[in-house]
Amino acid sequence: MITAPISVPEREHYLNASYGLKSWLLTKDHKRIALLYLATITFFFFLGGLFAVMIRLELLTPEGDMVQSETYNKLFTMHGVNMVFFFLLPAIPAVLGNFLVPLMIGARDLAFPKLNLASWYIFTIGGLFTLYALLSGGVDTGWTFYTPYSTTYSNSFVIATAVGIFIAGFSSILTGLNFIVTIHRMRAPGLTWFRLPLFIWSHYAASLIMVLGTPVIAVTILLLAAERAFHIGIFDPALGGDPVLFQHLFWFYSHPAVYIMILPAMAVISELVAASARKRVYGYEFVAYASVAIAVFGFLVWGHHMFVSGQSVYAGLVFSVLSYLVAVPSAVKVFNWTATLHKGSIALETPMLYTFGFIGLFTIGGMTGLFLAALGLDVHVHDTYFVVAHFHYVMVGGTIMAYLGGLHYWWPKMTGRMYPEILAKLAALTVFIGFNLTFFPQFILGYLGMPRRYHAYPEEFQVLNVMSTAGASVLAVGYLLPMCYFIWSLRYGKVAADNPWGAVGLEWQTLSPPPVENFDEIPTVTHEAYDYVSLPNGSVTPKKEAHVR
Amino acid sequence: MSAEAHGAVFHAPRGHQFDTAEQQKDASTLGMWIFLVTEIMFFGGLFCCYLVYRWLYPAAFAAASHHLDVALGGFNTAALICSSLTMVLAVNASQHGKRGALIAFLILTILLGGVFLGVKAVEWHHKFVDHHVPGPSFLFEGPDARQAQLFFSLYFVMTGLHALHMVIGIGLLTVLTVQAKRGKFTPEYNTPVDMCGLYWHFVDLIWIFLFPLLYLIDRHAK
Ligand code: HEM
Ligand SMILES: [Cu+2]
Repeated sequence: MITAPISVPEREHYLNASYGLKSWLLTKDHKRIALLYLATITFFFFLGGLFAVMIRLELLTPEGDMVQSETYNKLFTMHGVNMVFFFLLPAIPAVLGNFLVPLMIGARDLAFPKLNLASWYIFTIGGLFTLYALLSGGVDTGWTFYTPYSTTYSNSFVIATAVGIFIAGFSSILTGLNFIVTIHRMRAPGLTWFRLPLFIWSHYAASLIMVLGTPVIAVTILLLAAERAFHIGIFDPALGGDPVLFQHLFWFYSHPAVYIMILPAMAVISELVAASARKRVYGYEFVAYASVAIAVFGFLVWGHHMFVSGQSVYAGLVFSVLSYLVAVPSAVKVFNWTATLHKGSIALETPMLYTFGFIGLFTIGGMTGLFLAALGLDVHVHDTYFVVAHFHYVMVGGTIMAYLGGLHYWWPKMTGRMYPEILAKLAALTVFIGFNLTFFPQFILGYLGMPRRYHAYPEEFQVLNVMSTAGASVLAVGYLLPMCYFIWSLRYGKVAADNPWGAVGLEWQTLSPPPVENFDEIPTVTHEAYDYVSLPNGSVTPKKEAHVR
Repeated sequence: MSAEAHGAVFHAPRGHQFDTAEQQKDASTLGMWIFLVTEIMFFGGLFCCYLVYRWLYPAAFAAASHHLDVALGGFNTAALICSSLTMVLAVNASQHGKRGALIAFLILTILLGGVFLGVKAVEWHHKFVDHHVPGPSFLFEGPDARQAQLFFSLYFVMTGLHALHMVIGIGLLTVLTVQAKRGKFTPEYNTPVDMCGLYWHFVDLIWIFLFPLLYLIDRHAK
């Protein structure tokens, strides 16, 4: 496609600028920190996956025969804690966001590189606490840590896990803070707010939530740990404390937190859609504003997790209506992506396969969210597999699909190598089939009344559970494949051009992999984002050609 | 980069990611304000718990707050307000390049902060002696003993976290003092002093809310 500037084999870039473990552990380069995060969260992803495998194996048969119910409680808790706090929340922002935000806005680095490195250390230390809890016996409260079970009755490593999550929360705050300041203060000349890629808008919105929401979960978890350790009883009903207050505080963060997971995924999808359709995203402004609207409304709907927790009927009604509202901006995005693809000259490379997967699965996940937001229905399906299926459709079908799509799309930029296309397409297909086989039966199971969080179930549910377990094995293969060929490609992959997709984003105007300071010369932006009409072959700065080394 | 064209006007250590010293200062200031917003959300969770329980158990909270020492609390409030003043003067001194005054005011601020923590420790000690520390040995006369324990739980968590912030603040100021001695700050470059000042004022402000909520409300409504 696009001819790469002929690069001398020994050209210096951020990967070979310095060598040795120390140069990585003390790096302040956002690109290297992104790779540190990539390694860490990949570890937690497969750890969380291991627990998932055990859960699915137990549920292969109706009897609780593989593990005891206590062990089962620990399995689903450790699965949830690992996946939510140590994989999904940081996945896209800390890896792709970290790598791309400065590149996309034409900056040399994030505003606070030292804080960025600190956030990775904080995250890793938090992870080690949780790992310690896990190795010494695990936790069994569910990822939601509801009181008073977690404070008084549970006989497991609640405090260590809570401390781990508390610590990891600070890494999230620092990342969000860094992004907000960077986006405000470090944009290249000419890069106005409405010329920003939608990736940046979405990350900005997600950062707002990280900064405003995470401190609340931090203090909530602190109170929980204090209550458990010192019996000071903030939520203890024996002292007149209110366990439902804990749920309010928990969901005040944890509902917005689901948007920390999905907004960066939407960020990736906007880029992928525009690049494959080679068109400006339809209704750019609406998509940009929708991100901010999601962040704002997301803070007003937490009560939809508590319809049956004893909040008042009126609160339930208000939360129900607001939950419908929050779906509107998400729907706006889905419609606009579809409209962008309409009559676009779509290239069906691997990233686009994941994009299609995302749009379809996220739509199903979002729609079933609306079902759940209906008071009358939720009373029946609350705490059933219907809820489990809902959130896996949005988190796995949504966020992980986008994460993998983004990883494929920017892999050439990150590593300078192409992934093997045919194998990648095969993996994408495997993931899609495996995912649906795993989680679609769970909608039916939940609708038929199978409760979540039990290790045994009535026999009539077995067929659907066997399907689900079979799907999980397929899914596991689908996830292992990319890990293998990505590593393989580092050495044997085809050398990537600077702009293999012919895309117009600033990140494609620099070399692959980028130099330490990202650009030889900070570009001046003269066009709006995704301007494929006036920049047909994906060049933003015309003087670039004169710049070949 | 274009900034270099101005010649060597700044002695400031400037990060390679910034074009100008102003951009760097702007970024630090914005970052600090965002950090303070996260702090507001953090304490906001606590204030929220406090409000809920105060609303649920007004009598118990009034009775329990009678056991706090208004005189000591008031003295501490005054100490903190003075420390905010000395902090402002320190920032001002650094902007005018008065190194001696800067160091003096920083040390004064640290001392006032130390006084606050000392008095706070005395108050906590009283609570221990009076068995007002929540837990198995908690003792409280009157009909609302259980809910009073909630009050004291909140009291300890809120004043404890506030004190932790004070300790961190004193640590930061100590570092600043050492750096000031080495002559690191000039009228052109004093961002760290400015930022620590913001933080210190914020911690004072939290106390300005804690003091009436814990010590003063409903004092006379027995
Ligand atoms: C389209 C907007 C959405 C609506 C209206 C919605 C609505 C709901 C409702 C009402 C529940 C509670 C069900 C119950 O417990 O009975 C729920 C649960 C959940 N949702 Fe959503 N949802 C939406 C999008 C999302 C997204 C985008 C994510 C994540 C990326 C997500 C993740 C979750 C999770 C994790 C739970 C279960 C929490 C638990 O109890 O463990 N949701 N959703
Ligand atoms: Cu929710």
